[in-house]
Amino acid sequence: MHVEVRGLDKHFGDFHAVKDVHFGITKGHLIGLLGPSGGGKTSILRMLAGLETPDSGEIIFHGRAVNHLPPQEREIGFVFQNYALFKHMTVFENIAFGLKVKKASKSVIRDRVTELVELTGLKGFESRYPHQLSGGQRQRVAFARALAPEPQLLLLDEPFAAIDAKIRQELRSWLRELIERVGITSIFVTHDQDEAIEVADEIMIINQGRLEQKGTPWDIYKEPKTPFVATFIGESTLIGSASELKGFEGAGGGKPTKALIRPEYIEVGHLHEFKIASATEQGVVKHLHFRGSEWLVEVEINGHKLVTYRSLEKETLTPGQEISVLVHRAYLFNEERSWIQENGLKKDPMPVFI
Amino acid sequence: MNSLIRHKGWTWGFRSTVVLYFVILIVLPILGVYYNSFSSGLGSFTESVSDPIAWKSVLLTLKLAVIAAITNVLLGTMIAWVLIRYKFRGRALLNSLVDLPFALPTAVGGLMILLLLGPGSLIGGLAESLGFTIVFHQPAIVIAMVFVTFPFVIRAVQPLLEELDASEEEAAYTMGAKPSRVFFQVILPSMAPGMIGGGMLAFSRALAEFGAVVLVAGNIPGRTLVSSVYIFGEVESDNPAGAAAVSIILLTLSFLILWLISLMQMRGRRS
Amino acid sequence: MRRLWIGLTYLVFFVLIAAPLGRMTMGAFSEGWSGFWNALTRPEALHALLMTGYVVVVVTLLNTLFGIMTALYLVRANWLGRRLKSLLNSIVDLPYAVSPVIGGLMIVLLLGPDSALGALFEQIGVKIVYAFPGMVIATLFVTFPLMVREVMPVLQEIGSQQEEAASTLGAYGWTTFWKVTWPSIRWAVIYGVILTVARSLGEFGAVLVVSGNIMNRTQTATTLVYQDVENFNVTAAGGIALVLAAFSAGLLLLMEWSKRRKGGH
Repeated sequence: MHVEVRGLDKHFGDFHAVKDVHFGITKGHLIGLLGPSGGGKTSILRMLAGLETPDSGEIIFHGRAVNHLPPQEREIGFVFQNYALFKHMTVFENIAFGLKVKKASKSVIRDRVTELVELTGLKGFESRYPHQLSGGQRQRVAFARALAPEPQLLLLDEPFAAIDAKIRQELRSWLRELIERVGITSIFVTHDQDEAIEVADEIMIINQGRLEQKGTPWDIYKEPKTPFVATFIGESTLIGSASELKGFEGAGGGKPTKALIRPEYIEVGHLHEFKIASATEQGVVKHLHFRGSEWLVEVEINGHKLVTYRSLEKETLTPGQEISVLVHRAYLFNEERSWIQENGLKKDPMPVFI
Repeated sequence: MNSLIRHKGWTWGFRSTVVLYFVILIVLPILGVYYNSFSSGLGSFTESVSDPIAWKSVLLTLKLAVIAAITNVLLGTMIAWVLIRYKFRGRALLNSLVDLPFALPTAVGGLMILLLLGPGSLIGGLAESLGFTIVFHQPAIVIAMVFVTFPFVIRAVQPLLEELDASEEEAAYTMGAKPSRVFFQVILPSMAPGMIGGGMLAFSRALAEFGAVVLVAGNIPGRTLVSSVYIFGEVESDNPAGAAAVSIILLTLSFLILWLISLMQMRGRRS
Repeated sequence: MRRLWIGLTYLVFFVLIAAPLGRMTMGAFSEGWSGFWNALTRPEALHALLMTGYVVVVVTLLNTLFGIMTALYLVRANWLGRRLKSLLNSIVDLPYAVSPVIGGLMIVLLLGPDSALGALFEQIGVKIVYAFPGMVIATLFVTFPLMVREVMPVLQEIGSQQEEAASTLGAYGWTTFWKVTWPSIRWAVIYGVILTVARSLGEFGAVLVVSGNIMNRTQTATTLVYQDVENFNVTAAGGIALVLAAFSAGLLLLMEWSKRRKGGH
């Protein structure tokens, strides 16, 4: 189902939960709503489901405004954070509920439930009650129940939040496959960026009720549009004044400009390892942390502490060692705009005047 | 969102019915009493209340309810303690019997006490030969009040005792505290909220009690006439204004206690 | 120490509960079986028991229905503002604080023959005070909090997510209530019904004021006990009281049973 949202706005009392949100979702895509807790992601999801009424704005499914439709008539499936399984019904009855409500015939119900039970790997558990299942199994029942009435849009609220880290990994790829196979447009809410990056076709970053950026995980990582997105996705170090960094002098045209620097933007090593030595700066290794597959290095230059990774294949550094640091690029922002800038000295080779 | 109460046409009908029911059954009658006793001015209210029979009945009720509440705090705490801490034959039975005074019609409770302590009975006769009577005197009223409010303190203290972690007590013992010290510094403080809360409930219920009291009190003005019986008498003798005046004193007191209890509970939840 | 405390507990129970109960039973049978039987089969006694039965049935039905609905609204409805909801929530408890006699007085003041409303009803030929409707209203007032207070915590505990899940699966209010909400609150409702029956069976003060205690017309079992005592007919009073006490004891057993089911479900 093609979903479009225009100017969505919602208050809870004095709290402005969702602020003028616009987006469109292509049919069949899996979208991750990512952002910190309390940022309004769940409110957006619940408004799409019809469980909350927006103060203003339009929700359009398939070109038709559905604002006035109750949840019963929106043809959606909803998976709740704590699954909200009917605790006095068996797995079979839970999955069959939506079909029974629609007055499907007994044989249709049986076939559909059997199909879903097999699809979700719950075979043999049909007559168990929710309290007799593990977290992962409950999660699968919740999926099967939401999918049973063949909804046009699947909404998932923090689907993996209540599951052990180990099983979570498994369930993620399982969900990804399942949704691809069913081919249903899906939106899920999460506060875990790894989860969003791994599972979603497209990510929408929501913060303080606003949609900060929408795009593929790679786009968002590569080109964050706002400082919030830049800090929220990936790791980074904030430098209060960008022009203090070598190669970024005069950045922002004299206006106070801040810089966000990711570990992978930085290279450390001996001076002779760099092609353009003039772009490097001298720093001191402060700490070394072993991270299993690489070293995490903390270096200090000009009183700024930066973080980077270093391959285990390279020579091991020691704390207190003097070292050359090259900042390849930085994400810069001031009150007016934000942009990505390459190190000026690196790209501007000296021999131009010869 | 309440998807539950959403069935289009029904919605308004259901909502207004429930709200109306609420207002007519609870709010309106209570406002009615206040309105009635002040409707003919503050003068008639003070006149009604300054009738010595009226104000003496209020004072007497307060006094006897305080005695009954204190008795219940003592007895109830002891019983709660015994029922939780000791295992003995008949414990389960006693535990179920605690609720009997709630289940029993209050008039039946009054009759039971009347029959047990009345002039013709064994205990009543014994007391009489010692030179005092119980029934139709203040002790009988207190006994009736204690009977009716018996479960409150027990049921308030029991859960607190159950929750009390045994290791707290044991910790005190390992630090060399004597049993009496442990009781007063560890156990009693954790029971105190239940004792106070239950005691206040018992007090407000004792203030309001009518059925049990009317049967055993002699209803002698100034000595054994409690407020609820006084109110009943005024209604019977067709003086609703007088009845309403004493009623609102009693009502205001009860509301105050209810409010205090809910305040206490809120504070307890926060801490 | 242990012995002393257990002994004391037994003593309190004996003095406060067993002895009065036993003495009343003896009183009821002081003139033998026939005395007890005669007390019960007096026409006014039969009528009073019947009257109590009617009041119990009507009140329990109404209170259950409205109690569940009020609880649902107070927990779930968001068309009531939060402040209004907490105000209504505290009003629910008011009948606990009101003496039954005062409860009865309120209804006499509001709907009695001297009041505007009462006169209005009288004109259409409906008598409320000193008649059956008044007794029902008085008992409803007294029993109002019981059902609400049993159902509300359960509704709060189960939360609204299961109901929301049902609605996203296409179920409307009525289906959702019966298929999803009701199985969860069932035992709380049963417990509330037992409490309501017990309370309306034993209600005395409010009914006495409102009914006028007219023999063979508005007299209930409890007000008959009172009248018998006033007439020094202790044996007859004991007989009726014993029947009431037997009912209460039965209800107490039911309460214990449903409490266990409620906790275990």
